[in-house]
Amino acid sequence: DYLTMNSSRCAACKYLRKRCPSECIFSPYFPPNNPQRFACVHRIYGASNIGRMLQQLPVYLRAQAADCLYYEAQCRIENPVYGCVGMISTLHQQIFSAQEQLAKVHAEIALINNAYTQQGSSQFQQFDGLLSDLNNFPMESMDTSNQVPWCL
Amino acid sequence: MGGNSPCASCKLLRRRCAKDCIFAPYFPSDDPHKFAIVHKVFGASNVSKMLQELPVHQRADAVSSLVYEANARVRDPVYGCVGAISYLQNQVSQLQMQLAVAQAEILCIQMQQEPAMPTPQTDVPDEKSFLLQHNLPQYLNYTSSTTSSNVISDSFKRETLFGHDMVS
Repeated sequence: DYLTMNSSRCAACKYLRKRCPSECIFSPYFPPNNPQRFACVHRIYGASNIGRMLQQLPVYLRAQAADCLYYEAQCRIENPVYGCVGMISTLHQQIFSAQEQLAKVHAEIALINNAYTQQGSSQFQQFDGLLSDLNNFPMESMDTSNQVPWCL
Repeated sequence: MGGNSPCASCKLLRRRCAKDCIFAPYFPSDDPHKFAIVHKVFGASNVSKMLQELPVHQRADAVSSLVYEANARVRDPVYGCVGAISYLQNQVSQLQMQLAVAQAEILCIQMQQEPAMPTPQTDVPDEKSFLLQHNLPQYLNYTSSTTSSNVISDSFKRETLFGHDMVS
């Protein structure tokens, strides 16, 4: 009938050592020139889970899903304990710290504006102390590499 | 941990729950959903492999993160956790911008004032601290409109980051 040439099989079918049919669910997203991509997702999710997840999606969303699965699999291989969830945790902490810092700067602006709209020098001395207090607020270390949210 | 009742994993897989079952400490029988969802996304044998490759003291955290990822993937079958990461990274960028604007505003105010006035020292944020070591590659940088709101809003509940199913 037709020969299944090595070059026409997708990376998944090559890896799994099977024929690659024309309607192979993997082949649009796991081209033969990138064997590592399939090896990576297969290691974390397994071929049948990948196939099932892609199969359950409309065709136009499958490429994005495959990319996301590949990214998450890479994160999991790189960080076997937390995977990409470690990144989410770090981002939460960065947002929290940035919000704190922003609030502090806004407070400084409010104080400065207040100080300069007041009449008389005695008012300025009063705000001097407040400004220096603000500047002495301890800032949390930005090193969040070892922190996890559920321990806080 | 004594007791003869099989863990949630062995119940689902319909097999004998051995004394040294790798799943038992992390998938108690009273929470069948937890294992079911991890099994659905990753598969029991993959989870077992992943746990075996980790020292025992890290396995609970690994299970929690796998449960979180599996939940995210079920709620958002296209983007999973990547949707939340993309959204949060945008948040960080926006905050960075707001901080820069606010600090420029302070400079403006200072320049408008008399030179005798105190010049408050503002903490210049270390910009590198806002950037992840592993930023999402550009092709994965989705806007919030393309991602499921469930995963994003849940990811902001910091105390439930790993879901109510988490074994603490």
